[in-house]
Amino acid sequence: MMATLSHGAVTGNVILCLSVFLASTVEMVEALTIVVAVGYSQSWKSALRGVYVALGVLAILVAACGPALTSIPRTQLHVVVGGVLLVFGLQWLRKAVLRSTGYKDKHDEDKIFEETSLLVRQQASERAAFVLSFKGVFLEGLEVVIIVLTMGSSAHKVGLAAITAIVAVALVAIVGGLAARQLSNVPENALRMAVGLCLISYGTFWTGQGMGLRWPGNDAALLVLVAFYSLGAFLMVAAFRPRVAKVHV
Amino acid sequence: MKSLQRALVGFGRFWWDFLVGDTPEIFITVVMMLSVLAGVSMWLHHASAAVYVYPVVVLGALLVSVRRAIKR
Repeated sequence: MMATLSHGAVTGNVILCLSVFLASTVEMVEALTIVVAVGYSQSWKSALRGVYVALGVLAILVAACGPALTSIPRTQLHVVVGGVLLVFGLQWLRKAVLRSTGYKDKHDEDKIFEETSLLVRQQASERAAFVLSFKGVFLEGLEVVIIVLTMGSSAHKVGLAAITAIVAVALVAIVGGLAARQLSNVPENALRMAVGLCLISYGTFWTGQGMGLRWPGNDAALLVLVAFYSLGAFLMVAAFRPRVAKVHV
Repeated sequence: MKSLQRALVGFGRFWWDFLVGDTPEIFITVVMMLSVLAGVSMWLHHASAAVYVYPVVVLGALLVSVRRAIKR
């Protein structure tokens, strides 16, 4: 019994860390593209100042809202947080499926880099560079903060979720610093798909638990949910991918 | 007073964009699913079948949303 519980808890922690890590990576690659574009086109000083201020505001948000969320009764928290994760996860997964099938353009970091550089050059001011950099990091980081707070508070592991996000952000910053113009090589859609799968699995699990459902195998049911939704997404991509008629010469 | 009003409107707009945005069908489906689930768990205390039906309905919501986007 104890072994099953501990296996379940480990599974829950692994999926929690994986979701937060991948979501942070995806969002930070997008933010880093904007920061690098601002740095190259206008001023690294203003770009980095925007990053520091945005990260500071995001850290304050986590520190202020984290303890408040964990004080909400667990059952209600699971329903509300699970509902938000379901909506958020379904939106991510929908976008990833549409991009995989070719019905939506893939996220193009090179294009974003060019557009941001053009915008910075047109405005040509230190203030505009700061604002662009701040907005890029803050808006992308806000999604990470929401994932950290919702998933972390529901599992009563805000600290673990926050540390995982910090590791992902640091890793993206280091890799981005070493290969600033190679961000377009990151398989963003595959990461987005993985995050979407983790979010809807957690969302289903927690809303079900909050409503009184008893999942077979407790936390281990998360793995079954991830596998089930992965299969569903795979079948959807296969079914909706436009078929190219074969031409016999 | 005006800045407070602007902040509240901004806060509301952020959550609207975040949760509803251009996919209202997802938000509506999730709210409906949770309402039905709440009813099921209230009236049928041992609704063990819900554990198996619920993930299928979630996947159905994704399918509907993807099909809607493709048709658009």
